[in-house]
Amino acid sequence: MSRTYVYILIMVLTVSFIRILPLTLIRKPIENRFIRDFLYYVPYVTLTVMTFPSMVLATDNVYAGMIAFIVGSFFAYRDFGLFKVTVICCLIVFILELLLI
Amino acid sequence: MERLKNGLKVGIPIGLGYFAVAFSLGIVASKAGLTPFQGFITSLLVNASAGESAGFTVISEQASYLQMFLITIVANARYILMSFALSQKINPKERFIHRFLLGYFLTDEYFAMAISQTGFADPFYSYGAIMFAAPCWALGTALGIIMGNALPFRIVSALSVALYGMFLAIIMPASRKDRNVAILVVLSCICSYLIYRFTSLSTSMTTIVLTVALSALGALIFKRKEEDDE
Repeated sequence: MSRTYVYILIMVLTVSFIRILPLTLIRKPIENRFIRDFLYYVPYVTLTVMTFPSMVLATDNVYAGMIAFIVGSFFAYRDFGLFKVTVICCLIVFILELLLI
Repeated sequence: MERLKNGLKVGIPIGLGYFAVAFSLGIVASKAGLTPFQGFITSLLVNASAGESAGFTVISEQASYLQMFLITIVANARYILMSFALSQKINPKERFIHRFLLGYFLTDEYFAMAISQTGFADPFYSYGAIMFAAPCWALGTALGIIMGNALPFRIVSALSVALYGMFLAIIMPASRKDRNVAILVVLSCICSYLIYRFTSLSTSMTTIVLTVALSALGALIFKRKEEDDE
């Protein structure tokens, strides 16, 4: 019982430390060109790797996930915005799985 | 107020997606022996899907505290990179408390939101989303522990792509504006798939390895000019 709370405490402290430290420590713009370019590309690579193939594998039916990925990418490319793209992806999966499963 | 409201609007799909993910996370937590209250507290304070599920595994195994510490670092290592990246996106004059709070609530989704803005990230835009989405995350976990598999599987399946849809809405417009980002995005997809197909590396490890390798590659071959900075 109390052991569980110690585990939770360790988790909370560690993850908060990781998240807060760089953000509060580095207040000035970084001068080094390589590091700046590196940090510019980080979010796009990270988000892409987390999206593919995980998005396709997240649904019950692989094809529904695949089509949601392709159609979602198309509308996102067309600047439909966060909210619309998200709703489109969910609806595609819901409708396709009604038909496929 | 307007900025909070705009953030809240983005927070609704994030919250719904969180709810679904948190719900399935709750099922993992209940297997590890956590009470709904303990799950609620953990999710309220941690806000990390991969990190929490790794942590729940440690609890179910009753492994050492050191192991909990190490696995939390590995499962959440991408936040170190994101925190570095976000540090450049916040106005150097912004007050400490805003940096602290944006760091504390640094998740993939809030990060995506902050990065998608032109110019410096507005803390209140993020707070608007957090106000709605963070309680969804904590409540979803607690309900997942209580209700188990009660939600229809079709709904869970449809909601499970919500977060990824959001990611696409960040990646794609940037790819359209910057050809080098587009090339890195395609490369990331290929590498990510190959690692998934041919190795047993976990998703969080794959994310760490590829983020460091491909972003470094990008910085080496696609040098950006000063005026490219936003």
